[in-house]
Amino acid sequence: MEEREMRLMKGNEAIAEAAIRAGADAFYGYPITPQTEVMEYLMETDATARTGMAVLQAESEVSAINMVYGGASTGHRVMTSSSSPGISLMSEGISFIAGAELPCLLINVSRGGPGLGTIQPSQADYFQTVKGGGHGDYKLLTLAPSSVQELADFISLGFDLAFKYRNPTMILADGALGQMMEKIYLPEPRPRMTEYPDWATNGTPEGKERRFITSLNLLPQEHELVNIRLQKKYREMEKNEVRYEMIQCDDAEYVIVAFGIIARIAQKSIELARAKGHKIGLFRPITLYPFPYGQIRELSDNSRIKGFMSVELSAGQMIEDIRLAVEGRKPVGFFGRLGGMVPTPEEIENALYDYFNIK
Amino acid sequence: MAKIQGAITVDRERCKGCELCVYTCEKGVIGMSTTVNSKGYHYACMVNPESCIGCTNCGIICPDGVISVYRVKVEE
Amino acid sequence: METKDIIKPENLVYQKSRLMAEKQFNFCPGCGHGVVVRTIAEVIEEMGIEHDVIGISPVGCSVFLYDFYKFDVVEAAHGRACAVATGIKRVQPDKFVFTYQGDGDLAAIGTGETMHACNRGENIVIVFINNGIYGMTGGQMAPTTLEGMKTTTCPRGRDVKTMGYPLNITPLLAQLDGVCYVTRHSVHTPGNVRKLKKALRQAFENQRDKKGTSIVEVVSNCNSGWGLSPKAANDWMVENMFKKYPLGDMKVDGKLVMDMNAPR
Repeated sequence: MEEREMRLMKGNEAIAEAAIRAGADAFYGYPITPQTEVMEYLMETDATARTGMAVLQAESEVSAINMVYGGASTGHRVMTSSSSPGISLMSEGISFIAGAELPCLLINVSRGGPGLGTIQPSQADYFQTVKGGGHGDYKLLTLAPSSVQELADFISLGFDLAFKYRNPTMILADGALGQMMEKIYLPEPRPRMTEYPDWATNGTPEGKERRFITSLNLLPQEHELVNIRLQKKYREMEKNEVRYEMIQCDDAEYVIVAFGIIARIAQKSIELARAKGHKIGLFRPITLYPFPYGQIRELSDNSRIKGFMSVELSAGQMIEDIRLAVEGRKPVGFFGRLGGMVPTPEEIENALYDYFNIK
Repeated sequence: MAKIQGAITVDRERCKGCELCVYTCEKGVIGMSTTVNSKGYHYACMVNPESCIGCTNCGIICPDGVISVYRVKVEE
Repeated sequence: METKDIIKPENLVYQKSRLMAEKQFNFCPGCGHGVVVRTIAEVIEEMGIEHDVIGISPVGCSVFLYDFYKFDVVEAAHGRACAVATGIKRVQPDKFVFTYQGDGDLAAIGTGETMHACNRGENIVIVFINNGIYGMTGGQMAPTTLEGMKTTTCPRGRDVKTMGYPLNITPLLAQLDGVCYVTRHSVHTPGNVRKLKKALRQAFENQRDKKGTSIVEVVSNCNSGWGLSPKAANDWMVENMFKKYPLGDMKVDGKLVMDMNAPR
């Protein structure tokens, strides 16, 4: 890690720099707080001059996601980033990309909702992201970074997973991660692609069968087969791509389950609680889809563990998946802040004490 | 003096009986068949083949491209 | 000479392009779409760019274009063809990209994408079929539906007071600096089809020479939507559609050639 270039960077700019280094071929975006610096950085650093990648500001998020669909259909590494309302506008396009089985990278630097909401961080897009924000049965392999380092590292990982499964990858970040600055080791640059997959519609070479990209089917029998193929793909993801981190769970009696920025704050809460002799641990899902049901279930089988608490910047969404994993073996409490408010470590600590009436 | 003679073939099964070729042919070569294809359409056919000069207008105007046109120069 | 002696390969002077796939068109009998789709294939075949072209077929009667062509085609969401085309063109600037859009796709739901692709001067060809109605969904009003024209969603005729005026969009697009060529054609006579073919050829050459956006509008019939036979529909089109959407060039090589004060 040490020989890599170390820089103090803002999350949004780390996304942009990492995209250039990941060999992205195109970024099609639209301004929306709190993530506009991604596109600004790409323009400022003149990414096109650096690697030849295309950087284009579209006229709307609807247009941007369809530019991504077009670029993705040619087998290039194409991405966009936006924030909650923009992602809602993109939901039809995202469903089309999943339905046409195209790889691309999406980033949601979430903000308080619903409606125009606020520009502060939120995690209330959880359901929209992992349960499907657009129409039809599709899934987005969703990575949840909780540091600027992970924001940078997940870019090339996100592209690779997208191409591995021919499916969009979503990085679910939030306004805090996007706006905060941290020391990071920059990813190693890799070149843009020069070979493209056989299915890509980039002009069929002589003597080859021409290609086409569509998500349309007139015959339900055919579309069911497409859906079955998609479901098989999602089972593969669930088998191979679950990522999580457990901190101080070996001796924990209570486990906080939290992702993203909350997982950072919760670690301070744990520190404060342990100083008072309370053994608290943290389970941090890194992939929100596929969700680490198995690992949480395993924890809930451990007799030492008396209960879980889901801490979210929402009214309680991930808690449903935690309860699905725990299936009533242990109580699962909840603490959340809404509308862009971010809890202090003490608030989380006290919420835990209240729910499990720990004195 | 050389005379141009033409002829057309019609892919009967693919003709939808829209009759645009009939109206387009200035020589009155094309008419609609009395029988129908498997989709139930009357299809275009040459009713005055000798008048055809192979000008390709019918081929061009046909929305489904079912008409192929042939032309040959015939010495008198 | 007997007909059977004339019909020989060496005497063949016209047949549909070899870039047409086996699949039969799903257009209604006598629909102008078929002629435009075939003419595009002829131009692509003659320019020898079949291995470097990508067509975009958005929602509408044209959505199954990928079944009809033997070259790459990408189906797009309704209204988003110009954005999809931009997305492709920006990562592959030397490939040929064309969109094939109906009036609903280009001038209703896709107005934003169309306007801004043109304003960016994307080096693409936009083929725009204007038949004043939504065909695929069964004959509803479109932005280009004429005043008083009956459709399933204006069964007593389009009332401009409550349903808006017919949108003549190509003259608007012609005024955008990024646009280099705007022309309007029809396919109801062989002469017009030949003119269309020249215009399409010009459009693709503009793209090759990176001159900006080319728009080829085709005023066409919709027999089932208008409730007329193909011949009667063409006659009605000439009588009514051409008044509001006159044929001819609007912009050539970046210069406006239309009379701005002509009645629209």
